[in-house]
Amino acid sequence: MSIEIKNLKHIYMPRTPYERLALDDVNLTIPQGKITAIAGHTGSGKSTLIQHLNGLLEPAEGQVLVDGVSVIGKKPENKKARRSVGMVFQYPEHQLFEETVAKDIAFGPRNYGCSEEDIQQRVKAAMDFVKLDYDTYKDRSPFQLSGGQMRRVAIAGVVALETPYLVLDEPTAGLDPVGREELMNGIVKLHKKKNNTVIMVSHSMDDIARFADHVIIMAHGRVLLEGTPAQVFSREDFIHQAGLEVPRVTAIVKALKAEGVAVATDVYNMEDAVKAIWQALAKKKAGGAGKC
Amino acid sequence: MAFIECKNLSHVYNKGLENEYKALDGINLKIHKGEFVTILGTNGSGKSTLAKHFNALLQPTAGQCLVEGMDTGDEKNLWDIRGKVGMVFQNPDNQIIAAIVEDDVGFGPENIGMEPHEIRRWVTAALKAVNMEEFRHFAPHLLSGGQKQRIAIAGALAMNTECLVLDEPTAMLDPVGRQEVISTVQRLNQRQGITVINITHFMEEAALSDRVLVMKQGKLVQEGKPEEIFQNIEAMKKLGLDVPVATELAYRLQKKGLPITKAITNQEALIEALCQLK
Repeated sequence: MSIEIKNLKHIYMPRTPYERLALDDVNLTIPQGKITAIAGHTGSGKSTLIQHLNGLLEPAEGQVLVDGVSVIGKKPENKKARRSVGMVFQYPEHQLFEETVAKDIAFGPRNYGCSEEDIQQRVKAAMDFVKLDYDTYKDRSPFQLSGGQMRRVAIAGVVALETPYLVLDEPTAGLDPVGREELMNGIVKLHKKKNNTVIMVSHSMDDIARFADHVIIMAHGRVLLEGTPAQVFSREDFIHQAGLEVPRVTAIVKALKAEGVAVATDVYNMEDAVKAIWQALAKKKAGGAGKC
Repeated sequence: MAFIECKNLSHVYNKGLENEYKALDGINLKIHKGEFVTILGTNGSGKSTLAKHFNALLQPTAGQCLVEGMDTGDEKNLWDIRGKVGMVFQNPDNQIIAAIVEDDVGFGPENIGMEPHEIRRWVTAALKAVNMEEFRHFAPHLLSGGQKQRIAIAGALAMNTECLVLDEPTAMLDPVGRQEVISTVQRLNQRQGITVINITHFMEEAALSDRVLVMKQGKLVQEGKPEEIFQNIEAMKKLGLDVPVATELAYRLQKKGLPITKAITNQEALIEALCQLK
């Protein structure tokens, strides 16, 4: 089972002078149990796309099926389909509202009708996932935490829903390097433990190369490119066409190659880049050919 | 005289209350006219609080902040200081107020009672400086994030600002938008001599500046040229920060045995250093 997007079309402000086609015949299957990253420049349709995944936006044409059931509709099964997709928006800390951290995180599960015992367990587990100590933070006001901590509380609120699908819109934007690293590692850890399906919008090609199993590149409301990070980032022409960049280490090895060093360019993370450059320069020592 | 000087500056939020919190603790620093300075630090280290002192949005609870010798704590200086130091925040949507680009850029000048033909002249120059002239009559909400941030910068320029304080201006932008904003800021610094203070979590941006200040828990803990600051990778990671990708790659290759001797802070320098290793 998975999320299937079929012939999806979305028009903002239809029949007005501002009418804009935001999604144009998008067809996708989000693979089950994997981490899928969606990238594209501002206005490419990423956020519009993910808001269709739990029925927040209704398509002009086409449909979104979660485990075979449409997310649009009033029947219990449609509602269930919507509820199986947890959504973390950009800057989710703007949506905190409760008096205490624990109450804020408990709001979702309580609304879903979980028992008090279950709720408490979920809150604890979710806080553990985002690395906020339960006893230290449960009674604190979410508004007196740092930006990074507020972000984690907000994400915990969605994690506590324990949905099989977790959608995150730029979860690390605005976080410091350690905060980014911790959050990404937390998402991966949760993913491995629960085997949930993660869908993540990201502007960081470095993060995508490191963490994603599957990458979707959007441009002008359409899917421009889809595949593994290696497949996608090997098409630099398409990547640039989408207004994106290849991972920084990839750019470095390509620049090195352009200078005449015989280095492998199919590297997308730090470890592989170190290996490739080391091998190339060791070879160079022995062979000695190269124009620079 | 330094353009901006902080003397023993401290800032305590909610003073005297239960949730009293010392955000800045005895900061001493000088920023000179025409410099491009980056401030690094983890979330909650006091960067934004410090930045808000530079144009008197906040006043020190102890110590002083001086802008061209004017004390930000003295109310009669407020307008002069804000005329000299303009701020751009992270979220472009929170700082654009008009329905048309040129009205937005002209809002500041209009507010200080500038003559209409003067306003027009300043708006034109400001839009030109950020390469947004052709969008003059556009609605801001139809622009991309990078374009909106350039409009926000133009708003400050139209006030004849001498210094731009940017609080994570690229955090919400895609790679292209980030590049647009950073090259605009660099150009304004180099060509028009605008003093730039950029707060960022992107180490590649920090590598472009003249000087880097590093903050931790309300204190200034390090200060130096990017190549000096990024030299000590372990120390940066311990601070919860990072170094540019090129620096880390150079460091790892060095550890493996490649004799890279120069300090590396960008891709070009790394490629050059690697090419010399025949």
